[in-house]
Amino acid sequence: MKREVVVIGGGPAGLAAAISAKRAGARDVLIVERDKRLGGILNQCIHDGFGLHRFKEALSGPEYAKRFIERLDAEGVEYMLDTMVTKLGRDKTLELSSAKGLKRIEAKAVVLAMGCRERTQGAIMLPGTRPSGIYTAGQAQNLINLQNIMVGKRAVVLGSGDIGLIMARRLLLEGCEVVGVYEILPYPSGLPRNIQQCLLDYGIPLHLSTTVVEVHGERRLTGVSVAKVDPNRRPLPNTTSFIPCDTLLLSVGLIPENELSREAGVEIEPMTGGPLVDDTLMTSLEGIFACGNVLQVHDLVDHVSEESELAGLFGARFSEGELRPLGEYTSIRPGPGIRYCLPQRVSRERDFFLSLRVKEPMRDKKIVLLDENRKRLIQKSFPRLHPAVMVRLKVMVEKIAKAKGLEVRVE
Amino acid sequence: MDQGTRYDVLIIGAGVVGNAIARELSKYKLKIGVLEKELDVGMGTSSRNSGVIHSGIHYKPGTLRAKLNVLGNSMFERLCRELKVKMSYIGKLTVAQEDSEIKSLYELKEQGEANGVPGLQILKRDEMEKLQPGVGGILALYSPSTGIVCPYTFTIRLAESAFRNGVSFWLGKKVVAIEKRFDTFLVKTQDGETFTSRVLINSAGLYSDQICRLLGIEEYKIYPCRGEYLILDKRLGHHLKTLVYPAPHHGKAGLGIHLTKTVDGNILIGPSNEYVNSPEEYATTREIMEVLLKEGKELLPDLETSDVIRSFCGLRAKQTPPEVGGFRDFVIEHRKEIKGFINLLGIESPGLTSAPAIALTVKDLLEEVLTLEEREDFLSELPGFTGYFSELSYEEKMDLISKEKDYGQIVCRCEGITKKEVIDAIQNPLGVKTLSSLRYRARVMMGRCQGGFCLPRIVEILTKEFGFRPEDFLLHREGSYLFTGNVR
Repeated sequence: MKREVVVIGGGPAGLAAAISAKRAGARDVLIVERDKRLGGILNQCIHDGFGLHRFKEALSGPEYAKRFIERLDAEGVEYMLDTMVTKLGRDKTLELSSAKGLKRIEAKAVVLAMGCRERTQGAIMLPGTRPSGIYTAGQAQNLINLQNIMVGKRAVVLGSGDIGLIMARRLLLEGCEVVGVYEILPYPSGLPRNIQQCLLDYGIPLHLSTTVVEVHGERRLTGVSVAKVDPNRRPLPNTTSFIPCDTLLLSVGLIPENELSREAGVEIEPMTGGPLVDDTLMTSLEGIFACGNVLQVHDLVDHVSEESELAGLFGARFSEGELRPLGEYTSIRPGPGIRYCLPQRVSRERDFFLSLRVKEPMRDKKIVLLDENRKRLIQKSFPRLHPAVMVRLKVMVEKIAKAKGLEVRVE
Repeated sequence: MDQGTRYDVLIIGAGVVGNAIARELSKYKLKIGVLEKELDVGMGTSSRNSGVIHSGIHYKPGTLRAKLNVLGNSMFERLCRELKVKMSYIGKLTVAQEDSEIKSLYELKEQGEANGVPGLQILKRDEMEKLQPGVGGILALYSPSTGIVCPYTFTIRLAESAFRNGVSFWLGKKVVAIEKRFDTFLVKTQDGETFTSRVLINSAGLYSDQICRLLGIEEYKIYPCRGEYLILDKRLGHHLKTLVYPAPHHGKAGLGIHLTKTVDGNILIGPSNEYVNSPEEYATTREIMEVLLKEGKELLPDLETSDVIRSFCGLRAKQTPPEVGGFRDFVIEHRKEIKGFINLLGIESPGLTSAPAIALTVKDLLEEVLTLEEREDFLSELPGFTGYFSELSYEEKMDLISKEKDYGQIVCRCEGITKKEVIDAIQNPLGVKTLSSLRYRARVMMGRCQGGFCLPRIVEILTKEFGFRPEDFLLHREGSYLFTGNVR
């Protein structure tokens, strides 16, 4: 089997990329989705707030997905459900597995849109026993919203990622007592609007610089020990207290799901956990593009859609032979105050979006793009900057046309 | 239950030792039962260890540990073939870091040879480097017969093979009282049932001293000694071509923190070595995790903190108290004063390796009480294939999917486990229905996302296809319920 553009994953990133690729003129575009429906994580996000930027409306997750799925059908994009990509080669061949059997597909361009996974109890090395009652926030969201299954009666939420905040409110609304949200950092990891709408509006306490240091219970969870932490995130002695609970929700970070990319040989950037990309969102492998949460963890689906449309567009252009991989390029590196920025390499041939996150919350600062001579090419003021809020700057090609090296920093 | 039946042999404890005995004895015309306090077999030390098939260099010549280790090691290959269990003789380097440790390597070699360990060699740096690129140290003892096996798969398959040959497994049956009336043992379980048998075998591991006490045997005490581990992502598995252990240090109870490759390609860092107060103390600790991570990073410079996917611990059933330390030999005895009571106690390392040989020893002891007659219909082979679907070739996979479409549906993306494998696991012959039983049988929820993706899918399969209600889901033990009911 051969296809012009194959998109791996039918979540928000995959949908937007596939529609865009098709509109850009790719003859056949195929989405491979492992779930039994399109939409990905949006299907379990029954809260609203999706699409505020894009559609100027507060949609629920499924509603947001529906708008894309309708366009996908209208464009005639082909998709396979209940089908897993088990292997991706650097030559853009894919191996697929489904109830119908195994299949090999040759693609002219591939768009990686596999999303991300949640960090677990093991990944954060949470000490203690192994009782039942410990869930990642996304697991609980799936069980409650899609399977009508209630996970517990008295919950502690560890970590203040957005899904954790959303689920703290959700549990409360379903009659579960929510003792509080505990965050090891001195500031929340989720969006300010979620802190307000999910915690403050419902009187759920948020404890900063505090973490769970041990879980208890040999069968079902019986409680957790929490403690304050010092600036190096080490638990402070004599601050430990025991909180009885039967449920612990973890919202301690998301990890781009790049196992397929890694096996294919795509270069992964340690700071984002996603592929290193250029200004066409092409990875280090020719004709393989990446977008959405597999590239960098986003906080707004609207940005995922926007980014993925570009990946789809460039995927289509590559498949038509209209896009060459970067020959000479200019690197952009994160400077003071910046945790990461993306793309890491640019051609200086086209405009692009620069995505970045700052290291810590700040007020009244500027984000500045400098060239190799410290000359300011772009600067933008922000009354507030927060690591939870991704910054996206449009960079016009004429601004950087002569730069040999670029650095983005906070001033 | 068949209350009226009297067993010929009752085995207390379905760990690797109990199950190996059950399977060995199922070759004879005997009525055999196994009592296990947990809801699945192998829930204690048998599933919580390094999964190493030891060569036998570490034990004093003439001890049971030496003899049974070497014999057990030689039995593993055939047994794993019959039971469809993955194993591999990947060998081991015991490495001296400094001159003062060299002597102990030669002593180990001599001891190993006295024990009958095959193929031992002292290797210099360049030869060490060939076996394990990047290995530290100045000299090493190489033992080619050291192997790896998945300890819980092995334990489960022993039980399934025994079951296939007629052994009854009674799970969730904690023994609380034992009485001997004439030539019959009456064994009472916590739920009020009584089992009767002519022969009683104590393979209760960490609880074996408690079982002894129920029979008035007071001379033994088990001191649980914890070993904590970290499990690392498969990303790093290729680094380890063979096992690498530090040269022995005098007076230490374990074999030192080391890296062990599992048959599935993960790496274990551990085990630590601390006495604890109770055989139920399975909590991991921040202190030890930090030590393991630090030592791990020294042994494997490529290791990132984010490579840790889980921590766990197991308990060694030691006979020596903390102030004494070291090892004592296995106890494997027929208590003549309580005729028909076969007592196994203190089976710590190398218990996994020795299990098949311990079973033979027990068979010999049994002949002091019963006349054994071989069955002609013993089934040595388990059906199915070794390993996981994801490990088969493209053609084998295609063939299986064409016969059974559920092989095409991948439920666990990290490990590539299919819906058919999950369904087979839930329909396991022993009838275990906990989620941890699926984890141990089908390897779901074992990968880097630890069930983040597959747990909801498994819940859906069990709900839709097996009629589970939310209240029916248990993680591992009685009372470890997952859900409190429907949302509405």
